[in-house]
Amino acid sequence: MKLLTLNFLTCARKTCKSTAAAFPLHPKEAELEQVEMDMNPLFITNMLPRLEWEAMKTLTTELGLPNLPAEPPSAEELADESGEPTQTLKDLHTLLMETSIASGKLVCGNCEHEYAVKEGIANFLLPSHMV
Amino acid sequence: MLPTPSTSHVNYNRVYEPAEDSYLLLDTLSASSETTFLHARFPPITSSPLVLEVGTGSGVVLAFLAANAQRIFGRSDVATIGTDVNDFACKATRDTVNLAITESDDDHASLFCGTINGDLASALKPQIIDVLVFNPPYVPTESLPNGTNHHDFADRDDFASDEAFERDSHLLALSYAGGIDGIETTNRLLEQLPEALSERGVAYILLCAQNRPEAVKERIRSWPAGWSAVTVGSSGKQAGWERLSILRIWRP
Repeated sequence: MKLLTLNFLTCARKTCKSTAAAFPLHPKEAELEQVEMDMNPLFITNMLPRLEWEAMKTLTTELGLPNLPAEPPSAEELADESGEPTQTLKDLHTLLMETSIASGKLVCGNCEHEYAVKEGIANFLLPSHMV
Repeated sequence: MLPTPSTSHVNYNRVYEPAEDSYLLLDTLSASSETTFLHARFPPITSSPLVLEVGTGSGVVLAFLAANAQRIFGRSDVATIGTDVNDFACKATRDTVNLAITESDDDHASLFCGTINGDLASALKPQIIDVLVFNPPYVPTESLPNGTNHHDFADRDDFASDEAFERDSHLLALSYAGGIDGIETTNRLLEQLPEALSERGVAYILLCAQNRPEAVKERIRSWPAGWSAVTVGSSGKQAGWERLSILRIWRP
């Protein structure tokens, strides 16, 4: 699963969903893979406003990836004067779109439940006593 | 006519095979009335929309949306994601969507985030889904298949052949058995909808006649905060009744 996906996911337990600690989920024993993908600069630019920047910073730190800037870049920092994508945009593309979790676990910071990731697919089904 | 995504790689012994309901969703979502609505709802100057299909099965509907984002949503900077309780369906969907995107015209496809093995939209953060599509299990049955032991039915190699057959039957039952009036699972999703959708969010949900779509629409219109529900697609007229219909649910 692409790292961008973690921007959208939270613990599936009803009692966790509304708590701040349930987002982002924390990767554990994660095997990462890089999958090359065509860059869509418009997508990165228009996705930026809905990125949870603090959560993305936490994820990169926890995964041992290069640190993100302290503050989200402005739209001007994503394209140069001639409209070409900047290194900042390329780095975001690499991080969000090309970096995937192939296997491992995603841990809820609130209830500590671990969701397994296998073959890039996370299993969010809960055992009956936790639903 | 936009091409129907290929699902020839999918094993229909344990994943729902695209049928009239799937094709009705494709036709409805690509009809000019809906694309006009969606283009106006998500103008290109706004942030990228997030599109979720719940219960993707083979992935034919999500692949169609993902590969034709430019035509359907008026923009290709769209994020697409799918969920299904069936592990095999998650894998099938991943392959169906990736294939459809590869085969689509350049710059027309969305960005596919992948599939999640989960119940409805439970794994997604509240209030972030902009477009939710659901082709639910809608056939009336005495009861719902057991929905709390999915881990017993995952993609495992250690099943004996009779166990595997039982597993596959269970997985297919999950794709069609809707409980009383065929609407028990749909009702669970409807209950979650106001929390799941973004402010600009819109849901497309397929119903069959036994689900009593008129009553469902009335119920949605009585929700607080001014919800609308209209029928935007239908097929299979029988004695004056539409066998299948698709509701669009949103806050105007």
